[in-house]
Amino acid sequence: MSSLRKSLFYRLDGIVLVLYVSLVVVGILAVFSVEHRTTDTSIIMMNKSYMKQLIWFGYSLLIGMVILLTDSKFFSSFAFLAYTIGLAVLVITIFAGVDVKGSRSWLGVGSFRFQPGEVAKIFTAMALAKFLSLPETNFKTLKHRLVGVAIALTPALLIILQKETGLALVYFCFFLVMYREGLPNTVLVVGFSAIALVLTTLLLDRKVLFVVLTVLAALVAWLMRTALRRRWEPRIFLVGIWLFCILFSQVAVPFAFKHVLQAHQIDRIYSIIGKEVPDEYNQRLVAGEERKGNSSEYNVLQSKIAIGSGGFWGKGFLNGTSTKNQFVPEQNTDFIFCAIGEQFGFVGSAVLIILYVSLMLRIIFIGERQRSVFTRVYSYCVASILFFHFAVNISMTVGLAPVIGITLPFLSYGGSSLLSFSILIFILVRLDADRQVLIR
Amino acid sequence: MSSAQNPRQYVISFIFIGVASIILLRLFFLQNFESKYKILANDIAIYKKVVYPPRGAILDRKGKVMLSNTTIYDLMVTPHNVPKNFDTAQFCAVLDIDKAGYKKILERVLSRNIDVRQSPFMEQLSQEQTARFQENAYMFTGFELVERNIRAYENASAGIVLGYIGEVSPEMLKRPRYASYRQGDYTGFSGLELQYEEVLRGQRGVHYLERDKFNRPRDPYRGGTLDSQEVSGKQLDLYLDADLQAYAEKLMQNKIGSVVAIDPKTGGILTMVSSPTYDPNLLRGRDRAKNYAMLYRLATRPLFNRAIQATYQPGSTIKPMTGLIALATGAITPNFGLACYGSYNYCGRPIKCEHKDAGHAANFRLALAHSCNSYFCHVFRLTVDYSKFESVRAGLQVWHDYLSAIGFGRQTGVDIPFEGTGRVPDSAYYNDRYKFSWNSCTVVFVGMGQGELSVTPLQMANGMCMIANKGYYYTPHFVKAIGRNENDSLLKKYKEKHVVLNIPDTTFSIVQQAMQDVVESGTAVGAKIEGITVCAKTGTAENKAIVNGEVIKMQNHSMFVAFAPRENPRIAIAVAIENAGFGAEWAAPIASLLMEKYLKDSVSVKRKAVEDKMLNAHLINKYVYTIDSVLRLHDAQVYQARMERKHITDSTRDANAELMLQRWINKKTKKNK
Repeated sequence: MSSLRKSLFYRLDGIVLVLYVSLVVVGILAVFSVEHRTTDTSIIMMNKSYMKQLIWFGYSLLIGMVILLTDSKFFSSFAFLAYTIGLAVLVITIFAGVDVKGSRSWLGVGSFRFQPGEVAKIFTAMALAKFLSLPETNFKTLKHRLVGVAIALTPALLIILQKETGLALVYFCFFLVMYREGLPNTVLVVGFSAIALVLTTLLLDRKVLFVVLTVLAALVAWLMRTALRRRWEPRIFLVGIWLFCILFSQVAVPFAFKHVLQAHQIDRIYSIIGKEVPDEYNQRLVAGEERKGNSSEYNVLQSKIAIGSGGFWGKGFLNGTSTKNQFVPEQNTDFIFCAIGEQFGFVGSAVLIILYVSLMLRIIFIGERQRSVFTRVYSYCVASILFFHFAVNISMTVGLAPVIGITLPFLSYGGSSLLSFSILIFILVRLDADRQVLIR
Repeated sequence: MSSAQNPRQYVISFIFIGVASIILLRLFFLQNFESKYKILANDIAIYKKVVYPPRGAILDRKGKVMLSNTTIYDLMVTPHNVPKNFDTAQFCAVLDIDKAGYKKILERVLSRNIDVRQSPFMEQLSQEQTARFQENAYMFTGFELVERNIRAYENASAGIVLGYIGEVSPEMLKRPRYASYRQGDYTGFSGLELQYEEVLRGQRGVHYLERDKFNRPRDPYRGGTLDSQEVSGKQLDLYLDADLQAYAEKLMQNKIGSVVAIDPKTGGILTMVSSPTYDPNLLRGRDRAKNYAMLYRLATRPLFNRAIQATYQPGSTIKPMTGLIALATGAITPNFGLACYGSYNYCGRPIKCEHKDAGHAANFRLALAHSCNSYFCHVFRLTVDYSKFESVRAGLQVWHDYLSAIGFGRQTGVDIPFEGTGRVPDSAYYNDRYKFSWNSCTVVFVGMGQGELSVTPLQMANGMCMIANKGYYYTPHFVKAIGRNENDSLLKKYKEKHVVLNIPDTTFSIVQQAMQDVVESGTAVGAKIEGITVCAKTGTAENKAIVNGEVIKMQNHSMFVAFAPRENPRIAIAVAIENAGFGAEWAAPIASLLMEKYLKDSVSVKRKAVEDKMLNAHLINKYVYTIDSVLRLHDAQVYQARMERKHITDSTRDANAELMLQRWINKKTKKNK
């Protein structure tokens, strides 16, 4: 087998690399279009974000080269070690983190700053892959499933402790990987039902929701009347679900809003549905302060204005009046998609989305062609992380998802984000190059 | 490769594609069907900056600036864009106003204009206000500073000539003339500012700028391709002599009256004073309305341009014309003489003459030099009764036509608005007045400049131009060049020579000689200027005021007309001082000083005493104030009566309408029954 192998260069997956480079280049151009002024005398200005992003891209390529030259077995061998170190850094960050807008998720060394939560995704993906590829792992047993969930969610827990809820949510995307590896279908059903319950709790009046849930339960009971008559388990099951939903929407959520969540978190949660924070949850109002405009609502409105005003063909490169003049907050990072939407319109946005979807589908394809379980699980991890970031980020810019500060992969300005996504991709490409080898 | 056929990869791919499709669908609707975002984006990011070009400057004959611009800022508001949580307290602190005032202004703005339109909130901010606002501009969404040029009158003179500008009123905006104006624009209200509004104004420019979230304008929108460039107003060069004007205003201080000086060769007006004058700088800026009301209420009426609007009986100053017409028609010869012994007795009641000594009217020259009333009454009668004309009516008509050709009794066409006409009675006028039973004796006073004849000082000066030029004149005007172009189409009509009815040069020479005698040996010896031949005529016009229905004889108007030098006339002047006394006493020295100043650039030291006397004279009579208040009271009463009448007619009409309706209803109900 080894005698037939071509050299490493020819074994690299060109499609992934091309998609990766084009997305990064689009990102740098987007940041450039936002920052460029007609008064600028030169394009090369070191104090501008797009130049910094270009340098970060250079670093990413450098690290990518190192990764490609590393033996592929290295990644699986050191997966657990790296994961442990990653957890340790996350714990340290809770205490030693730099305070940025109320969260302690950044580590600072001199003028250099990075977000361990971003990088920990890589280690978690590798650890999960390693665990699932262990010969002794039987993912059909509850015990091993729980271990898998624990591996995925421990970093999330630590990141929540850093008060960076948005980033923690990313780790839930590993359920998609575990679903591929054998979690039952009910996981998806329960997952989506849970999302539906949360959304309706926020959207509907509590009393109305109570009536709706009860009517729904009665309807199900009527449909299942024969089964319910024969056995007692379904009865308890149905009543249990109904009771849970009622408790969740009528007791747990109001309690959480009143006593657990912070004011800015409530703002964020309500900004998704474009609703004002109800008076009873408005801690500022309770504290006797004046009602303030919902800041996230403003962000999303400005973002929608920017994207919506782009129209079908867009305003043209460097002609984005909203993004160029900083109407959209954080438009270099979380809201970079506005720059694309405004300047290139629906056509440009569609092309970008197609690029992302192609990349993700290609990664799934790569995953499925592996002999080694490790590489396959790892591929799914990469695809899921990309998917979650992509879907939530763009959704939040168009008002389909809450504004949780997560970046758009490869496009958003920021070293941590670009580096960690680049590393994810390069490790994938390196592992894929050895797809004929069984990596344990 | 046991998992190659794992169906769950398709589930996951399906989820990826499904979510991406939802996002795409959302984007599709957001970007193609929700046009409100496009409008919002333009609203927040594009700033329409209206640039007012500098208004044209006005320069005097020597290129001295009389009227130019300085920059000030207006604060504009778009009420719609003012956020609900606007920090009024901070805003008021910056502008130094109180909250109630803020509300009041905003209400006024809203009552004038819809809330999405930008309207002036506060005009002409002080420098401090401007600076403080600019520092805090980012806090005040909806408010903007608009740069604007304000007029600056350099030496605070000639206000009545230059005029002033003000904001166009909502009523004016409805007129077609102001179609191109918007609320908040400025326009000329009087004087040259009004007459030459179109050239002075220039063209407003609109610049589209992008602005950032702090409301600061940044780059031009779309590279400025949508912008329209502003065009500066054109400069006006005047014939007016700023120094002479200032000197004339000084000489006329504390007097009511006017001075008009014209260059006979061009018709260009060198000086126009209507005294009392006012500081034109009062009529600009924020306090314009207040100051205007103040000036308007003054009993001496400084806003009334006496030089072109006030009409006086010309008195003896008309005598050169009477003589000229008599000579031109052939009614008399220069040697015609009249034996006058102090009064004219041919027409019933004697007409008084100032001179009694025999021979003072032995011929035309002497009669004019001594201003003999009898002589000119008789000459006038001779003219209108001349056998060449069929009747006195035809004769008077000829006389009227001559005066009309000289420019009396109609607007001369000077290039500032609201000119008065004066009156030269013709046959029709007298037919109407005396029911066809009149003869030359009935109208004899007209010959000596009293009676129904009335002229404006400008017409008097223009008449002098005609005599100086021996038979022609140019329409008096101020503007020499528009935008440095002397041949501008607007100035074409002022280049046209008006020739007066074929009077031979010799006739003019006789009249000029007589007028020269007036200065050298006649009534106006005080008007003599060393080394210059001055031709002139004094006038002392009787006048009456009608107060509460009673006719009161008041002090005479002091009049004087002149031109100089005779050989090569460079200035023709008319001075009228109300209720001052003899023409020779006040009007003549002032005219003489002005002519000397103009012709010699300075007034000789020898005449210092005269100059001082003129400067210090206070000739405004007390009864001016009394008459003024009586007139104003009368006006108020008339107005009140009119309003009452209107009210009565309105209510009667309403009652009638009511009645008609009632009848109609009754009729209907009857029919239905």
